[in-house]
Amino acid sequence: MAALSTAAGRVALRPSVWARVGWVLLAVYVVYALGRLDFSWPRFVTGLDNGARFFARMLPPRVAQPDSLLQGLTESLEIAILASCIGILLSLPIGLLAARNLMPAWASWPARALIAATRSFHPVIVAIIFVKAVGFGALAGIGALVVGSVGFIGKLFAEAIEEISLKQVEAIRATGAPFMNVITYGVMPQVFGRFIGFATYQLDSNLRNSTMVGIVGAGGIGGTLFSAFQRFDYDFVAAILLSIIAMIMVGEVLAAWVRGVFLEKGKVEEE
Amino acid sequence: MNAALDHAQTRTWRRFSPRQRLARFTIYFVIVAAIVASARSVEVIPEFLYDAPEQVRDLLQRMWPIAWSHYPGGVHDALMETLHIATLGTILAIAMALPIGLAAAHNVVPSRTINYLAKLVLVASRSVNSLVWALLFVAVFGPGALAGTLAIAFRSIGFVGKLVGEALEEADRGTIEALEATGASWSAQLAWGYWPQVQPAFWSVALFRWDINVRESAVLGLVGAGGIGMALDTALNLFQWNRVAMVLFSIFAVVVVAEIVVTQIRDRIL
Repeated sequence: MAALSTAAGRVALRPSVWARVGWVLLAVYVVYALGRLDFSWPRFVTGLDNGARFFARMLPPRVAQPDSLLQGLTESLEIAILASCIGILLSLPIGLLAARNLMPAWASWPARALIAATRSFHPVIVAIIFVKAVGFGALAGIGALVVGSVGFIGKLFAEAIEEISLKQVEAIRATGAPFMNVITYGVMPQVFGRFIGFATYQLDSNLRNSTMVGIVGAGGIGGTLFSAFQRFDYDFVAAILLSIIAMIMVGEVLAAWVRGVFLEKGKVEEE
Repeated sequence: MNAALDHAQTRTWRRFSPRQRLARFTIYFVIVAAIVASARSVEVIPEFLYDAPEQVRDLLQRMWPIAWSHYPGGVHDALMETLHIATLGTILAIAMALPIGLAAAHNVVPSRTINYLAKLVLVASRSVNSLVWALLFVAVFGPGALAGTLAIAFRSIGFVGKLVGEALEEADRGTIEALEATGASWSAQLAWGYWPQVQPAFWSVALFRWDINVRESAVLGLVGAGGIGMALDTALNLFQWNRVAMVLFSIFAVVVVAEIVVTQIRDRIL
């Protein structure tokens, strides 16, 4: 009987003290940060009011300037394609240099530092620097996205190479193959599938960012969008946003298809 | 006998079926055509390109020396605001993304309609860039950190919700079935069946998103949504390149520190 009562008094799955401390700290931080950032209930409510009016003005979407919309979208697409192409070509040697299992430390450290440096800034900030260096227009956008692509693909490519099996590399080396052949026949076949994955992902991501670099004057639809915002042309803003989303979704579907084609296993067959 | 040998010698082997070869050829062709077409029609002014080294030298000269004295008065508060925007935005995003992520996982909420609706919300959140979210919220709430925080939160919902939903769908059925057999309620199944299984994925997604948000919140100020980007925008508009250099350096430092913090925490708890 006594045993039964203690069993009933025991709590299964007792909540942990540390979890409670965590929740309290989280609550304290949220209140503190909300205070620092000047949040207030009346401001939020006025905002909701504004929001309702804002959305009313966005509907129905209206294509005020079809020419500039089409031109902006085309330019964004061109920026994304060229930046991906140049970025991928540049990141292949850099990623290879950064792979610590194939390269000596004096080659891999500078390459890794370069990759880390290109990754630390948002493409829009890089675009500001490029606008200063090469002037307003698509060239600045291409430059900014090339920098971003080198950082992303270079890092993932280096990591993919670091994970390969060295047995095949050794086998090719043992035949006395020169360095380039070791890369072509020992390393590339092992990382090709993942490389296709990064490359299509990067094209996708460049397409998204190419619609934004225009905000700082680096070409593409972003400039049209920003100026429509500043003129309070909210129905045109809605039209631009819908067309950007449509373009990105088409890009995503195409990228998934390309991945499917390349990652499908080949069927060895006789002809 | 001889004919069979002849046949064996003249046989050719192919790695891919004709359909696969056609698909690959089409992709290569489209890629090359797209690159050529873009390179021919994109508007590049060659004079600007030749001038670039000169301009970069000029830029670096103007940026040097970095205006360190500008930090206490003009940069520090904005930098802290950026960190608050990123952190608070991430917390808000997680709070909103968890229910949507649950609704998107078919094994947790067995209704295709609800799954589909939740996935639609997640896709919509991800297809709008955080700068566009910021522009929208600036138009609604006026310039300031509130717009920035909401922009970060709304952009992150899609990312966090998608990854949490996928982690839930990969959860092992065994534990859940055992709980079901004891008559555990739906919420108890979530707390004691799903949560322990998705916990590592959840923390790594949350940390990863915070890291991304620190980078992203640094640019939101360019469209008026608060944080260090506002300081950057002011310095750029006034052509105070020494101060621009100071702001860029502080962004770089914060991003590096954030990455180190995330790596350290991940190594400790995962």
